Amino acid sequence: MTNQLQIAGKNFSSRLFVGTGKFSSLELMRDTLAACGTGLVTVALRRADLSGSGDAHAAILDYLDSARYLIVPNTSGAMNAEEAVRLARLGVAAGLPHWVKLEIHPDPRYLLPDPIETFKAAEILVKEGFIVLPYINADPVLAKRLQDVGCAAVMPLGAPIGSNRGIETRAQIEIIIEQATVPVVIDAGLGTPSHAAQAMEMGADAVLINTAIAVAPEPQRMARAFMMAVECGREAFETGMPSLSQTAAPTSPLTGFLG
Amino acid sequence: MRKFQHWLEPKTPAELEQMAQEARRLTQAHFGKTVRLYAPLYLSNECVNVCQYCGFSREHTIRRLTLTSEQVETEARHLVKEGFRSILLVAGEHPKWISENYLAECLARIRPLAPSLALEVGPMDTDGYRMMVKAGAEALTIYQETYNTKRYAELHPAGPKKDFDWRLECPERAAEAGMRRIGVGALFGLSDWREEALALAAHTEYLLKTCWRTFLTVSLPRIRPAAGDFTPPHPISNREMVHLICALRLAFPQIGIVLSTRESAQFRDALLPLGITHMSAGSNTEPGGYTGINSGEQTTGGAPEKNQPETGEQFHIADERPAAAFAEQLKKLGYDPVWKDWDQGLNAMP
Repeated sequence: MTNQLQIAGKNFSSRLFVGTGKFSSLELMRDTLAACGTGLVTVALRRADLSGSGDAHAAILDYLDSARYLIVPNTSGAMNAEEAVRLARLGVAAGLPHWVKLEIHPDPRYLLPDPIETFKAAEILVKEGFIVLPYINADPVLAKRLQDVGCAAVMPLGAPIGSNRGIETRAQIEIIIEQATVPVVIDAGLGTPSHAAQAMEMGADAVLINTAIAVAPEPQRMARAFMMAVECGREAFETGMPSLSQTAAPTSPLTGFLG
Repeated sequence: MRKFQHWLEPKTPAELEQMAQEARRLTQAHFGKTVRLYAPLYLSNECVNVCQYCGFSREHTIRRLTLTSEQVETEARHLVKEGFRSILLVAGEHPKWISENYLAECLARIRPLAPSLALEVGPMDTDGYRMMVKAGAEALTIYQETYNTKRYAELHPAGPKKDFDWRLECPERAAEAGMRRIGVGALFGLSDWREEALALAAHTEYLLKTCWRTFLTVSLPRIRPAAGDFTPPHPISNREMVHLICALRLAFPQIGIVLSTRESAQFRDALLPLGITHMSAGSNTEPGGYTGINSGEQTTGGAPEKNQPETGEQFHIADERPAAAFAEQLKKLGYDPVWKDWDQGLNAMP
């Protein structure tokens, strides 16, 4: 049994977080989440009904069991701090938790996060009592700055959203993990379970997966594959990863007789 | 561009199939198994332009009307009831009947009803677009019709639309004014489809660099029958349409590709997986057409021309499935119909 993950005082038995976009149906999304044992799901506020009118044409929240998952709204679509803060507040007003996955990506092409606006919004939202999980590029200094202003975790990207390219920002993420005093969640770009296992072996506290699960031919099976990969990677990390060497290390040493 | 040019070269059926498979993979990676739905709402068919292919062309004696903002609200309420949370307001170009003040009034009136409001209207200057954004517009659609300047001049002999460059520069002005989503396109059938596609791709590439904060969509409408009985001089076949969509997706994995009800139900269903991200449904191209408002102020016009429809529609749609039936069909095809993908909280404050 691996150590339990805690973010802002809340325990999570699974280190696999799942995004709710891109599924071919809301029913499939619901069943996939149930199949992988996740305890935290993110949902785009832009897709949810925030009016309180029970809009059947924006019913994504109706398919998410708040007793089972912590539902963390994300601010996807926001281009700057002002919009992100406004969206986060609307989420709370609509009855969602005071948690927010802060996403500010002004470039709709690569969806890369804006560090300046993200920092500004994080400061405001933390002061307002939000538990802020910022989506950031793998920038160790930014990660420290966000941690200093009170973010409860940092979520550096492995590669651009939806790219399935794995951990291309490895060297930077290693520094972030080494220096972090809050949990580090690798978000975006993880396309295969082995990518998730690698992230966990590196010492990440959790991973967030969306595209690789949602567009898989069988999302439920793929979600379970990610769940197992995350558990394997974490187990290995906690056991202690072997160090790398350029040379062979014989299991029967030749100089052992010297004593 | 080089990539696009490569994809656009003639392909064998097997090569085209390979392109289609990759186009589907890329589209799903970027947009998931989802389709965003929208509906056009025609405000007015008044127009001062002469466009040879358009049912609203000022030369046609169709019944002209401009909805009052109250009537626009009635139409919008109907669309919202159908499920739409993304509405495209469409009008001809007419400084008197379709003024910036009129458009701002319509936007302000319906902005509480739907989070995403887009405009497809005559060109404006940057301040005009700014006024639209402030009134609640999130997006702009403006097609160049044809990028072939000679053909453009022939097809637009009169009216302010004659100015090719003023129209071409609209997306940049709109982006500067704060429009979040901009749709460009060409009307296929007006000139050679490959040349048209290359120019459209060049425009797209340019806009991706210069308007980097704007979500870009591309439309590839084919000419439909309309008042005036215009015959497209360079018709594009179904196979060529498939080729074009695949090439566009392969060259630009992250842009939206819009497909309207100009195409038949069967063809729309077949094109969907190749790269389509936004679709209209249950559309009516006549002002007041959804709720049967025909008491709108008839401003000009007269009896319809011989053999012309009595209605004042811009063109006849080909996919007549109602919105709910279309959404059900999307589900059967393995796609989630997304009605709401934008929130009021992201719009400019009134």
